[in-house]
Amino acid sequence: MSVLINKDTRVLIQGITGGAGSFHTKLMLEYGTQIVAGVTPGRGGQKFEGKVPIFDTVEQAVHATGATATAIYVPPPFAADSILEAADAGLKVIVAITEGIPILDMVRVKRTLSAYPQARLIGPNCPGVITPGECKIGIMPGHIHKPGKVGVVSRSGTLTYEAVGQLTALGIGQSTCIGIGGDPVNGTNFIDCLALFNDDPKTEAVVMIGEIGGTAEEQAAAWAKAHMKKPIAAFVAGSTAPKGKRMGHAGAIIAGGKGTAKEKFAALEAAGIHTTANPAEIGVTLKKALENRR
Amino acid sequence: MKIHEYQGKEIFRRYGIPVPEGKVAQSAKEAHDVADTLSGKMVVKAQIHAGGRGKGTLKDAPTVHGVKLVDSADAAFAHAKALLGHALCTHQTGPEGQVVRRVLVEAATEIAKEYYVGMTLDREHSRVAFIASTEGGMEIEKVAAETPDKILRLGVDPAGGFTAFHGRKLAYGLGLAGDTAKQAAKIMASLYQVFVETDASLVEINPLVVTKKGDVIALDAKVNFDDNALFRHPELAALRDVDEEDPRERAAKDAELSYVALDGNIGCLVNGAGLAMSTMDIIKYVGGEPANFLDVGGGATADQVTTAFTIILKDPKVRAILVNIFGGIAKCDVVATGVVQAAKNVGLKVPLVVRLEGTNVELGKKILAESKLAITPASDMLDAANKAVAAAGGAK
Repeated sequence: MSVLINKDTRVLIQGITGGAGSFHTKLMLEYGTQIVAGVTPGRGGQKFEGKVPIFDTVEQAVHATGATATAIYVPPPFAADSILEAADAGLKVIVAITEGIPILDMVRVKRTLSAYPQARLIGPNCPGVITPGECKIGIMPGHIHKPGKVGVVSRSGTLTYEAVGQLTALGIGQSTCIGIGGDPVNGTNFIDCLALFNDDPKTEAVVMIGEIGGTAEEQAAAWAKAHMKKPIAAFVAGSTAPKGKRMGHAGAIIAGGKGTAKEKFAALEAAGIHTTANPAEIGVTLKKALENRR
Repeated sequence: MKIHEYQGKEIFRRYGIPVPEGKVAQSAKEAHDVADTLSGKMVVKAQIHAGGRGKGTLKDAPTVHGVKLVDSADAAFAHAKALLGHALCTHQTGPEGQVVRRVLVEAATEIAKEYYVGMTLDREHSRVAFIASTEGGMEIEKVAAETPDKILRLGVDPAGGFTAFHGRKLAYGLGLAGDTAKQAAKIMASLYQVFVETDASLVEINPLVVTKKGDVIALDAKVNFDDNALFRHPELAALRDVDEEDPRERAAKDAELSYVALDGNIGCLVNGAGLAMSTMDIIKYVGGEPANFLDVGGGATADQVTTAFTIILKDPKVRAILVNIFGGIAKCDVVATGVVQAAKNVGLKVPLVVRLEGTNVELGKKILAESKLAITPASDMLDAANKAVAAAGGAK
């Protein structure tokens, strides 16, 4: 009952010996994620926490361990290179946690990834992906999640935790939660995730969390209207954001009067998506969406 | 990161994009000296980061405009003197204006026609795109909204990069011909080079003009850089002008916090950009007004929280503070320690509402309770927003 990752996913960690990488690898191991390898150039042959083998290159790690997914914790100047190395090594799910990758690096990475159709990049600048109770790849707090039937897709980090916390408090579990990241150029967008959830027999409804900037929410709304068979509850952050100011995320900016929350809410509502302007009611809105369906 | 027009023009010069002859001056005397090296009519242009300088006027002298055509070095001196040290108000600065610390003095250009050329990221297609228009000198957003057929868009595939046909498509697309079209095409190629090699996020020439002689020249230069790429351009990072930044936003940036000042009276301290925006939204939803956006980031330290408090409390409008933390990487106990430390160091002069959830929440709540500080705990976001709005004097 999940998309992208499950209990059998074999995960490697790029940047496993760094501060963020080692901290979160421990938490992922505690959660039960099958971490089979780490990569830090120059540290090949060593072991992380005495058990996870470290390799110099992603290719060596994949060859030796059969990893199919990776989480990238390397610093921004080297992150684009790490994403491409992962794609080149044949990995299928590439989760880029790193925040602060130069935009033009991501423009080149995205174009280059079109030559690697097997590779799906999630992020960058995202909390990662979690299939509750099975596999956690990222930095989200595992304990707030609960296995279940609602897919979650979001451009945010902590706001996703907030929404997941609300769902869990209502007794509603999640199939898979995907953080697509707050950057203007990302690997996977809302439509990709809605399509995955639409085709997943165990996902019954979806929570979608957007924010100001760009037109990804509007495009997702149009796609959902035409294709989505399952109810969606949506919230868009930034109704009160001023124009022309970057609100934390590189992608969260109302530029040239475009990308306002108002436009996004209107597009989502026009597509028959259940919306709420109150971020404390994301869980309740999903619950209503599920009840209306029945 | 934004830079001044004169700095943008210096970059243009390095890349062979023609700009008017001229130089920046920091005093009226310097402006006179620059003017002495020029012949004919000249333009004196206030250098602030905001747009609309030509129409903008001084706050204390509404007849003095930010840009003026003059015909002598003495007149250049006089206008520089009028501008320097005074606040210039444009539609982008707000009513307080921005103090003019430099003027650009340059040779005037005999304009036959004005165009617009800009480059920015096309988010939808994940590539860099040109935007060009025959409606130069106007606000491009307005042109795009009112006469979208006058806007030419051209994306550049990052794999192939800019090639000559892009230049031809733009130049002939703008209706240019002969040598003028060739000059314009060459400028487009250079502009692409500027964008890619400086890791720009925006490059704009408005207007790009064709002179009466048929030459093409950039009369203005607006260049913004991608903050995330400045680590590989120390020479560009050095162009930062801290005088142009809001002092609170500057202090936040230096502490690696993300802060945006707003007009309301409820200060917000939140971890994560999405949650920080939502906290503002819910304050407004229950009838209040947020004073700021403030994201302490994923791995907030106690010191960062203290700095955040200091910044929020520098805003005299703040009547209450709402702390909203959903601990993930950031741990509630660390944030609570920071809140207590800040309240003791900075002195809490306004009511404080705290909502903690997530990693180490019980420990965090314990630290706040044991501090004996007058903190109003909140059970969830809505509760927190209601309590903060009430503490700040109630909903409007």
